[in-house]
Order: sequence, then structure tokens, then C-alpha cells
Amino acid sequence: MGDDGARQLSPLFNRRLIRWDSRAGVFRVEMDSRLREVLRELMQQFLSMLDDPDSPVLKRVFPPAYSDPAHVALQDEYRRLTQEDLVERRRVEVQTVLDSVEARALSEEQVLAWSRAVNGLRLALGTYLDVKEEEPIRMPRNAEESAYQWLSWLLEETVEALSGKT
Amino acid sequence: MSTAPAEVKEPGTGEVTDVDLPWKVIVWNDPINLMSYVTFVFQKLFGYSHEKAHKLMLDVHQKGKAVVSHGPREKAELDVFRLHEHGLWATMEHDS
Repeated sequence: MGDDGARQLSPLFNRRLIRWDSRAGVFRVEMDSRLREVLRELMQQFLSMLDDPDSPVLKRVFPPAYSDPAHVALQDEYRRLTQEDLVERRRVEVQTVLDSVEARALSEEQVLAWSRAVNGLRLALGTYLDVKEEEPIRMPRNAEESAYQWLSWLLEETVEALSGKT
Repeated sequence: MSTAPAEVKEPGTGEVTDVDLPWKVIVWNDPINLMSYVTFVFQKLFGYSHEKAHKLMLDVHQKGKAVVSHGPREKAELDVFRLHEHGLWATMEHDS
């Protein structure tokens, strides 16, 4: 499986981005305006990628349910019945991130939407970058690798915050 | 909850089609999804304890795949859909 990216690269990435505030009953987002702008730009790009859900780069975002070639008719039916719904749910999640990208406090529902949207874009970027199992962590060589590592860190943060609540 | 009895097919009467056989839902290892995220999704979708979800995640990671649920086609397809909604690489096949 994957790793938490940027957080392993430098102590600069060791601080918390999202944490559960049990007294206030909200998730606190501690990201500076630069990081929020990066997240906004990435999510806007993901939103436009979703206009073409059959694109090869989205094959992990919308994987097949039936892998056995004997069930190709069932797979066609699954795609026909669910694809539109899955694409629309992704759009709503990404829009939730865009709508709350400046927020200092988020609800659990919003953090869950953040986690699914961030993971969705990681799947697309990881497919584009052809990420392999157990790759050594190294400094990013291009904008996509940099975005992938940053999103991995942000996802780890949302999962830790959500797990910390329970 | 429904109390309707399950439809029972008498031996020799009617054909059991392929899709009526039980199905299993498999989550496959992939190099992108985070271990913590996969564990979290298993807890959230199936109501597993952290310990059980973590063990299942390690099965996926170390053995390449793990069966996460069984059942008739409709249930299996719904589980696959929910896993896809969360970005996990899930497929279903006959439970043999």
C-alpha cells in the first residue's frame, strides 16, 4: 500500500493539519493560506478531470466490480447503473472541499468528504505517476509528485483526526 | 427487518442460474491507498473494531487480497459499490 508521503520527507511536515477539538465538537484545520490555495487548485483540476470519467487516468477512481471475463455482461450493467452516481458523489465531495477550503473548523461530514476527495485525486495522480509498491521515499521531481506527496500527508491527517474522535 | 423466508429451490425444479450462486467481495492490495485509510474504511463500512479492521488491512497488504464479505449478488454489489465510493479496489466473484 501507499505511504504518507511528505510527512516522512522532512520535519517541516510533522505538524498537525487537522485535529479533533473535543471541547468545541469540531475539527480544527490548521493550514496556512498557501496550503489552502494549493488544495483549491488541485480540487478544481480534479473536478475538471471528472468530466471524462472513462479516462484511463481515472481507472482506479472507478474500478470494475466484476473482474472475471465470464461476467462481462454483469460488469457492463454495474457500470451502467453506478457510474453516473459514483461520478456525481465525487463531484459533490470535491465541491464540499472547495466550499470549505477557507474554513477554520469543519464538521465530521465535511472531513469525511475531504478524505474521499483527497483519496480520489491521489488515486488519479498515483495512476498517472505509475506509483509502485514499496517505493523509497524521495524528494519530488515534478509538480505531480509534489502534489501526490502533499495529498498523502493531508489524507493521513484527516484519517488520524477522524480516528482520534472515536 | 424483513422476516420473509428465503426463496428455497426444490432440487430438480427450476434452474439455478449462474448469478444465483453466492458471491464474495475481495479487496485487492494496491500501491496507492494508505494503510490507515483502508483500516478506517473497513471500520466505517463494516462496523469492525480497529483491531479487526487493522488485521484485515494487513491481510490485503501482505497476501495481496482479502475477502471482506459474502452474500447474494445484490448485497455483494452494494458492498463493492460502497468500497468503490471510498476509493478501494474491490471486485466480486463466485464464492467457491
